[in-house]
Amino acid sequence: MNFFSIFGRYLILMTRVFSKPEKHRIYLRQTIKEIENLGLNSVGIVIIISIFIGAVITLQTRYNLESSWIPLYLIGLTARDTLLLEFSSTMVGLILAGKVGSNIASEIGTMRITEQIDALEMMGINSASYLILPKILAAMVFNPFLTLISMFVGLIGGWFAVILTGALPSSDYIYGIQYLFIPFYITYALVKTVVYAFIITSVSAFYGYYVQGGALEVGRSSTRGVVYSSILILLADLVLTQLMLA
Amino acid sequence: MIRVENLYKSFNGTDVLKDISITFEKGKTNLIIGRSGSGKTVLMKCIVGLHEVDKGNVFYNDRDFVKMDFLQRKMIRREIGMLFQGSALFDSLTVEENVMFPLNMFTEMSLEEKRERTNICLCRVNLTEANKLYPGELSGGMKKRVAIARAIVENPRYLFCDEPNSGLDPKTALVIDDLISEITHEYDITTVINTHDMNSVMEIGEKVIFIHEGYKGWEGTKEDILDTDDENLNDFVFASNFAKKIKERQLGE
Repeated sequence: MNFFSIFGRYLILMTRVFSKPEKHRIYLRQTIKEIENLGLNSVGIVIIISIFIGAVITLQTRYNLESSWIPLYLIGLTARDTLLLEFSSTMVGLILAGKVGSNIASEIGTMRITEQIDALEMMGINSASYLILPKILAAMVFNPFLTLISMFVGLIGGWFAVILTGALPSSDYIYGIQYLFIPFYITYALVKTVVYAFIITSVSAFYGYYVQGGALEVGRSSTRGVVYSSILILLADLVLTQLMLA
Repeated sequence: MIRVENLYKSFNGTDVLKDISITFEKGKTNLIIGRSGSGKTVLMKCIVGLHEVDKGNVFYNDRDFVKMDFLQRKMIRREIGMLFQGSALFDSLTVEENVMFPLNMFTEMSLEEKRERTNICLCRVNLTEANKLYPGELSGGMKKRVAIARAIVENPRYLFCDEPNSGLDPKTALVIDDLISEITHEYDITTVINTHDMNSVMEIGEKVIFIHEGYKGWEGTKEDILDTDDENLNDFVFASNFAKKIKERQLGE
């Protein structure tokens, strides 16, 4: 299938996803469930990855900036800006594309091949909207919190690294992460996160929804969902950076 | 009553259904039989709108389903109950939640009323102790019963069953057949069943339609099948050695 055909099907699916829900109360309940499934269940992995990456960024910056001309607090500043500008939004987005994206594509794909989606349609329910809209909303609402958690925990990770290795004085690190702080960087990261959340959920759901065949095809569609979400995240990163920071 | 008129369907240039015209009668179990790949499931999915037809009409009591828009079809589908081959129960919901699902989506009943209706339906399919179990904890026969309970919970006017006996032992298959037949007569609904199980045909086939290579090959009652001289139908019905011997013995007598 060529690009235009796939994109056309994606747009048709999104039109169905964003059509009027059968019962708002049920959709709200589903969205809350999805916040738990897709959001709260991802807090653990985001914390673990962020704490280590925060530590590694701090140490790498320290070892690559060994010059008496450069003040040590700049290491804290560099670690902070790396986390705020790129890691906590884009890297976490890519990680979630793997975790949440594969989960969504395989869940919806399995529902397709076991005729559960047909069963919903036969009941007169808009299956696309019922299955996909709560996931999109849940991710767009909760992922910004994951990004904020990642920023905070990443900075803590850098601080732990500083204390445990003695790479630089703790006071320099603390001063550095507060130095020349630009609040707009957080807005920029959160806007990116919301866009990534839409990409991850809608693209993965698209590949799951149109799966045909058996378990093998569900696996393939899951992989496709993750790969294309990741590529689109990087593309969106480029576009949003140009739009918001240039 | 459901009337199918001159229905055609093809996939990627291959004709799957060719000029099918059938009337499914109200208050009867209408069976569609045929070999695997003959087009039975495609026919059923065309009738309920899960596949778009290439040509032809499907009338639900004189309402042309093919010409309806999305919303009109949604309304008709609320009058349809469907039992899928693999039961198609929602894995993340308990038995009770599965059966209650259509009520949650489309009615303003209180929780107590929904529970009562759910329990009536589960009781009707002789499944009273499984409300809190998940589909993964049920046997094949129990899953079919839950699926039937879910299909009838909104008092449908039409019931579609795709291979209701697939994967079941002969005894459980009989129980499911009887259940579908009883529900059909009790609620006076139009029931359409896809099957290639000859036990089902002889048990509950009030009207039987034989699909052969995409065409309607034969139509009659279960009693007519044994006397037919249709070669393709005889090939299908008496495919097993056991059935062949019975037929030979009948002819001998």
